[in-house]
Amino acid sequence: MAHADLISPATLTDPQPFTIAGREFRSRLMVGTGKYASNSQMIEAIEASGAEVVTVAVRRVDLDRSKDEAILHHLDPDQYFLLANTAGCFNAADAIRYARLARAAGFNEWVKLEVIGDQQTLLPDTIGLLEATKTLVGEGFKVLAYTNEDLITALRLEDAGAVAVMPLASPIGSGLGMLNPYAIRTIKQRLSVPVIVDAGVGTASDACIVMEQGVDGILMNTGIAAAQEPVRMAAAMKAAVEAGRNAYLAGRMPRREVAVPSSPTTGMLGS
Amino acid sequence: MTLASTLVPAAISAEMALTVNGAERRIPAGWTLADLLASLELDARTVVIERNGTILRDRASFAKLELAADDSLEIVHFVGGG
Repeated sequence: MAHADLISPATLTDPQPFTIAGREFRSRLMVGTGKYASNSQMIEAIEASGAEVVTVAVRRVDLDRSKDEAILHHLDPDQYFLLANTAGCFNAADAIRYARLARAAGFNEWVKLEVIGDQQTLLPDTIGLLEATKTLVGEGFKVLAYTNEDLITALRLEDAGAVAVMPLASPIGSGLGMLNPYAIRTIKQRLSVPVIVDAGVGTASDACIVMEQGVDGILMNTGIAAAQEPVRMAAAMKAAVEAGRNAYLAGRMPRREVAVPSSPTTGMLGS
Repeated sequence: MTLASTLVPAAISAEMALTVNGAERRIPAGWTLADLLASLELDARTVVIERNGTILRDRASFAKLELAADDSLEIVHFVGGG
């Protein structure tokens, strides 16, 4: 139908391409590669998500059965932008060491910097995070800093040279969705670098609501990988991120506490 | 060089111990890093190696890099993660 074609979302371009550190990415959805039942399922899910940026972790090669875990046998580095993380690091020194090892792999100088402060919640150690950010920025890294939803920390990370700040929606792997939309909106309003919400998205509506806050993107892993059907959830997340972005750009109607009729109040039949 | 070491073909049987990914390994003395990787069936292009805390960036040097007793190696790669 011609009319439907004219107004199809494909013709609605985003006035602001998704750009980090001068590099434009084709999708605002970034995905992790952990916790999948199989590598083939992971690849299918990533394809369904439309993501370009995919995160990977740095770990020791298991010397007894090294053939299984290596992710680059399955993930084409020409097709995806590999973003190494420092997951599992509980202090700045470890995170810096992992970041350096990741860069030595030779793909890029970007790192999703995590310095975790607590085993149970995996909440960030923001002091260690700032310290590691400063060091790595000084070494030429492009640091995307995983942090909590605290505005002051976000501002400090931006000052320290982070190319993107990644506040959590809720704890890693919790699937609780966005617990503090006010804080996320405030961070987005105050920062100049991209704000990418990382962690806590549990289902498509969570992703949509996150994007409706106006943030630049989302990174998720468990929300897709732990779904009953990860590939279908990946497709749902793709649609939700696009829907949320469009809703943000469109500008929602004001909330009212009373009803306002949608149909004309004039022209009613006489009684 | 002692008389004994000139008479005994020590290099054939001598071993040395080093630490690889946290576990002790015994390898023939004189092995290069490339020898070790070959024995582990690892492609140097797919791993990153840290030797005694220093990242080895020049993969072309692995064939000439002789390992030493008590070296500590970390051999890492990318795995799935979020």
